[in-house]
Amino acid sequence: MAQMTMIEALRDAMDVKLSEDPSVVIFGEDVGYFGGVFRCTAGLQAKHGQTRVFDTPINESAIAGMAIGMATHGMRPCVEVQFADYVFPAYDQLTQEAARMRFRSNGDFTCPMVVRMPTGGGIFGGQTHSQSPEAVFTHVSGLKTVIPSTPYDAKGLLIAAIEDPDPVIFLEPKRLYNGPFYGDHSGPSVTWASHPAGDVPEGLYSVPLGRADIRREGQDVTVLAYGTMVFIAEAAVAKSGIDAEIIDLRTLLPLDLETIRASVEKTGRCVVLHEATRTSGFGAELIAEVQEACFWHLQSPIQRVTGWDAPYPHAAEWDYFPGPDRMARALTKAMED
Amino acid sequence: MSKSVRLTFPQPPARPDDRPDFSEIDTGTPGALDVPPLDLTARDSRDYANGLIRVLEDDGTTKGPWADLISDQDASTLRQGLRDMLKMRAIDTRMLTAQRQGKTSFYLQCTGEEAIGCAFQRQLQKGDMNFPTYRQQSLLVAADYPLTPFLGQLYSNSYDPMQGKQLPVLHSAREYGFFTISGNLGTQYVQAVGWAMANALTGDGKIAAGWIGDGATASNDFHSALICASSYQPPVVLNIVNNQWAISTYTGVASGKARTYAARSRGYGIPALRVDGNDYLAVAAVSKWAIQRAREGYGPVAIEWVTYRAAAHSSSDDPSAYRPKDEAKAWPLGDPVERLKQHLIAINAWSEDRHVQTEAEILADVTSVQKTVEAAGTMVDPGPMSSALIFDGVYKDMPEHLRRQRQEMGV
Repeated sequence: MAQMTMIEALRDAMDVKLSEDPSVVIFGEDVGYFGGVFRCTAGLQAKHGQTRVFDTPINESAIAGMAIGMATHGMRPCVEVQFADYVFPAYDQLTQEAARMRFRSNGDFTCPMVVRMPTGGGIFGGQTHSQSPEAVFTHVSGLKTVIPSTPYDAKGLLIAAIEDPDPVIFLEPKRLYNGPFYGDHSGPSVTWASHPAGDVPEGLYSVPLGRADIRREGQDVTVLAYGTMVFIAEAAVAKSGIDAEIIDLRTLLPLDLETIRASVEKTGRCVVLHEATRTSGFGAELIAEVQEACFWHLQSPIQRVTGWDAPYPHAAEWDYFPGPDRMARALTKAMED
Repeated sequence: MSKSVRLTFPQPPARPDDRPDFSEIDTGTPGALDVPPLDLTARDSRDYANGLIRVLEDDGTTKGPWADLISDQDASTLRQGLRDMLKMRAIDTRMLTAQRQGKTSFYLQCTGEEAIGCAFQRQLQKGDMNFPTYRQQSLLVAADYPLTPFLGQLYSNSYDPMQGKQLPVLHSAREYGFFTISGNLGTQYVQAVGWAMANALTGDGKIAAGWIGDGATASNDFHSALICASSYQPPVVLNIVNNQWAISTYTGVASGKARTYAARSRGYGIPALRVDGNDYLAVAAVSKWAIQRAREGYGPVAIEWVTYRAAAHSSSDDPSAYRPKDEAKAWPLGDPVERLKQHLIAINAWSEDRHVQTEAEILADVTSVQKTVEAAGTMVDPGPMSSALIFDGVYKDMPEHLRRQRQEMGV
């Protein structure tokens, strides 16, 4: 075991795969010599050489397109988009090409590739460095969408994503890169050294895609969250004193509906929490799934806490960010009926 | 006096009621351009990018150093080239008719452009990979792709290797060097660059060939491919098929004031050549040179094949609505089949009689396979096809939510 931040855990995952599998290559903007603007690939080019880890032009569509060419040839590219907000030029390549390769060619060509990208706000990044675009990927058949919340899961899920036979969108909550975040932006920052999930095994291990993690067992209400919001949910539980069961989804697609169903059948109540905008967000899908699967077990309306349907603001970031206070109110409301 | 500010809206030289007018097309001179060294730079490729490489004279004889480059291609090789083009034309004829009879949902011909794919493919080696557009079926023909899956794909029946998952004409044949066609334009140009990078990284000795039409050079992917090919120097041949029309849109809308598409790639630092795409020998010679250049590690090269889309864009298109009916006949670079036939006759390796006979034999072969394939089902008389296939191959292993949806469908 070693103490790692999420950045170090992600880097270790790539390091392990680069060492173990010659078909793995890493590329993206600033990821080579410099090691990435968030340092996730620092040192990897020096260790593995520039044929394995290299810089690209500022062209996300080209990054995705080259990765598709390599993946269909038989390599396993793991590429970085510098911010999830920058992924949209690659949307055509990812949703119309990578996602459909296996289906449209009836297995003649397949596309095992990973697209990593930092997601979410809480770093004063304004509207172009704070977005959470998971729902525009979960809407696309053929893609898998993953979002870890701890260093342990980040490494294990990234290794599983690189080893997966299909294309994986890998969202990294940037507010969690250096430590868990419980919503108190003015207080002292917390490091991963203080958290048990900052203990990360060295070498190869994986966390399977498609399995949620029950982060806190509880009896009163089920909370469905992922990424940074898992910690916001924990803070809201501490604040409200409500005995919530917190489920960290970890993989949004394929969704672990069995874990969700078992929990909601037990608690009879549910709150859905995400940082992305509300309308047509992934929360809408979760609510639909829960009511289809658990309607007769529900004792109160499902509550939804999300970012507002507005561009992510700069100065008013903390009024936008769905923090523990809003979440605690939703938990209380879910317990009312 | 200053010029007034106004926009231009490029227009073709002739519309339906006009006489065809190709006076602006520079037809070059056979033999005028020499064969450059394999390490040609973008800077030194100016004349090749702005001129037009030709080998065949109007009387069917050959001229110049590009002809010498393929002097090892004997009469029987060239007859094979002619047979490839005739086979392509027979497939186009039979399948357009089948579409008109309602037996397939869609078809798309490559009439007039057969030489490009047929001659290019014959210079490739097994393991090289084309990233074609929908108008390069000729690559499959010249790769000797068996007619049964070829036609099966067009009927979406049990002979279709893709089991009806993809629109007719959007073939996939990995073993024959033919990448699965998307149907979205441009996207695959940069994928070809990525594949060629994998060729280099794995050291497999193979190359990739990207294909794009003149219209889709306007897409961001064209830029992406050229900039990445220039930066990383993978073994890729970037083909631009300039057939003058993008459905109803005149090529000038995509080219703007640029002189040629080939010249555009020089700006990215990639050497480029411009070639008469209706001249089978010129296509064979330049393809051989470019493929050898890529394979020997001299980096990417771009080729603009100048041709004319003689047929409609697709079975859903009616070109008489936007261009003169007889424009194809007026194309100054002629018809590729006629020109190669004339050359073979000129060198006493062919005759009108042999041509007519061969044409009939090929048509009979295609028709015979077509009958077999049609027996397995057409759009008017569909064969059995499992609906459960909808859920197969979305992912390698079917996730739970797809399993539930398949159950909901009741299959």
